[in-house]
Amino acid sequence: MSSLSPPAKKIWWNEPIHKSELLWISLVFVWGMVMTFMMPYWHVVGKQNLGTETYKTTPKAFQATTQEFVDKYTIRTEGPRNYPVVAPPVGGDVYLIARLWEWWPIVELKKGETYRFHLSSLDWQHGFSLQPANINIQVVPNYEHVFTLTPNASGEYSIICNEYCGIGHHLMIGKLLVVD
Amino acid sequence: MVNNSFRTCPDTGLKFFSSAENLIKANAVAGVVFLLVGGLFGLLVGLTRWQAVHLLGAEDFYMVLTAHGLNVLIFWMIFFEIAILYFCSSVLLGCRLATPRWAWVGFGLMLIGAVMNNVIVLQGNSSVMMTSYVPLEAHPLFYLSLILFAVGALIGCFVFFGTLVVAKAEKTYEGSVPLVTFGAITAAIIAVFTIVSGAIVLIPTLLWSVGLVGEIDVLAYRMIWWAFGHSSQQINVAAHVSVWYAIIAILFGAKPLSEKVSRTAFLMYILFLQLASVHHLLVDPGLSSNFKMFNTSYAMYLAVMASMVHGLTVPGSMEAAQRARGHNAGLFTWLRKAPWGNPTFSGMFISLVGFGFLGGITGVVMGAEQINILVHNTLYVPGHFHATVVLGSTLAFMALAFWLVPILFRRELIWKGLAKWQPYMFGLGMTGVSLFLMGAGTLGVPRRHWDIGFAGTGGITHEFPAAAYTMLALNGMSVILAVAGGAIFCLIMVGTILFGKKLGADEPMAVPCIVAPVTDEEYAANGGSAFAIPGTIVLAMVFFVSFALYYFINWKYLAETWGIG
Repeated sequence: MSSLSPPAKKIWWNEPIHKSELLWISLVFVWGMVMTFMMPYWHVVGKQNLGTETYKTTPKAFQATTQEFVDKYTIRTEGPRNYPVVAPPVGGDVYLIARLWEWWPIVELKKGETYRFHLSSLDWQHGFSLQPANINIQVVPNYEHVFTLTPNASGEYSIICNEYCGIGHHLMIGKLLVVD
Repeated sequence: MVNNSFRTCPDTGLKFFSSAENLIKANAVAGVVFLLVGGLFGLLVGLTRWQAVHLLGAEDFYMVLTAHGLNVLIFWMIFFEIAILYFCSSVLLGCRLATPRWAWVGFGLMLIGAVMNNVIVLQGNSSVMMTSYVPLEAHPLFYLSLILFAVGALIGCFVFFGTLVVAKAEKTYEGSVPLVTFGAITAAIIAVFTIVSGAIVLIPTLLWSVGLVGEIDVLAYRMIWWAFGHSSQQINVAAHVSVWYAIIAILFGAKPLSEKVSRTAFLMYILFLQLASVHHLLVDPGLSSNFKMFNTSYAMYLAVMASMVHGLTVPGSMEAAQRARGHNAGLFTWLRKAPWGNPTFSGMFISLVGFGFLGGITGVVMGAEQINILVHNTLYVPGHFHATVVLGSTLAFMALAFWLVPILFRRELIWKGLAKWQPYMFGLGMTGVSLFLMGAGTLGVPRRHWDIGFAGTGGITHEFPAAAYTMLALNGMSVILAVAGGAIFCLIMVGTILFGKKLGADEPMAVPCIVAPVTDEEYAANGGSAFAIPGTIVLAMVFFVSFALYYFINWKYLAETWGIG
């Protein structure tokens, strides 16, 4: 009887399991435990664990807070669209807006220092994708996501949108600067 | 009145009840048509991503990408799966189909939904991608069409369950249902969970799109949508694993190494798989790390374990059957002596290897809470699921169709020489698609993105490494190969149905198309050594080592990026 027919032995659940299967099941089970262990283990020893602190907000409130942040710490403007370049104090808060279709403002960080990012969208969902560091975070409206970032190399980074956000999705790009 | 007319297939000895047969035909053909449509959209997507070709404009690209996803990921898959469900119940159990009229109602709803969805999407104001994340809004009929399709599929599932009840009541089989039917039952149960989740998320979204509901919570939408979106892919997995078991039974007369192990592994899909949808939310705000870790691993990765068990028992059962039939020499004679020129076998085996090595490993790796930060929403994600859904499920379904369609329609397969090459073309092309998309994703290239050259952004731009452009070009070429393979499949299917040589009522095929089951005596020869399956164990170990290496390499990559807290 093949797998297309009922099992030949009616009481199939009492048949012994083959050695090869037992060996594999044991190995796979142990491997599952290793993988399960890795995630909490990384929370203890690893330096890349995305924070989950989140607050309800509104586009209006988040925009106002970000404007305040920009007014306080802008050091210059840059580029054809005169984006403010904002240098927050070391260890301070950073507010970043995602909206159709830009990231606002440009932030300048110091290498090796830790900053508290506040991230939210003013309209649809967006995807924060910091390149080439390859850090990717979902951005949604009405929620303010708070997490920390610690740059480990100086240079000019791009923030790309990697969540589809309508017809201008591919135009949505921002900058993030890291200085020594 | 119950229509009990049936025919006994001269090739397989299986009973085909006319009520079920017509529905299997209708669903399978509809599936193939949507595969063809969706595949051609896929060609346009691949040729647009290839930056040097850049075929479509942005607006068309996003529209076609939406249509591509829905046609192949939803319509082709579910239509064919309904055909599989009816086959696994009515045909394998030798029983009439329960309530065939309801089954036709279900089919009609699915067809209306699928056609309506294409019409709405191609009108251009519903380019919201398959996920249709709120508050991005589509035309109300977009949501309605998906709801109609889902209701139709739900009816199909209940016709399947009803048929099981009829078979039991009318005692058309003895003991437990066959393993393949058991697998189909798990697929159908997961489908019910999936469709209910879909209703919970899409009905309010429909009401919101016509202004009857004020606001939809974005995070709640994401969680429930993925209970629908991810689970729908688990239907595919349960169904294609059943198809693997069916094919090794058809071609080698194989029975599972142990009924208990294979059935328990299927059962674990229901218990653990569909809820792991949370791995789509690993970099979302608002969910705690404990929640994310528990729901992706279920503390022991039990669902992954289920797939890895099938990954051993499917080739293992084949090896045991081959060894029992005398292909006993060395480690791999059983595999070398397999019918590599039969598309049903080559398709199934490429599906097995591709799903395991490419789809399975990468899926588990990026499903780890922290590693997900590296790949979320990059092209790595479509790279991964083209290995699972296309190389895995679609190729397995194609392999089955090469066997099933001639039997159903009582016609000889046309273009047998070309059919022989089809799985290799499609398999190689899709392997390329998967690898190159994942390669580009590793370099940070975003998914669902029209132009990674960032022309027209008004000064701000980003330069991806040249390798990213090379990957996208190679992806484009692989897409051409895969779509050619897919088109050949569709043409052979449609051509066979229309022009294949007709067989008389009792006239068997030119080449026998089912192998007699291996008997207990054959298995018991040589002291039952057939079950030692050394060749499969070696393959499994290669798989395991690849998995572990790739897993830890990704942790190393993660350790090299910025501190994230």
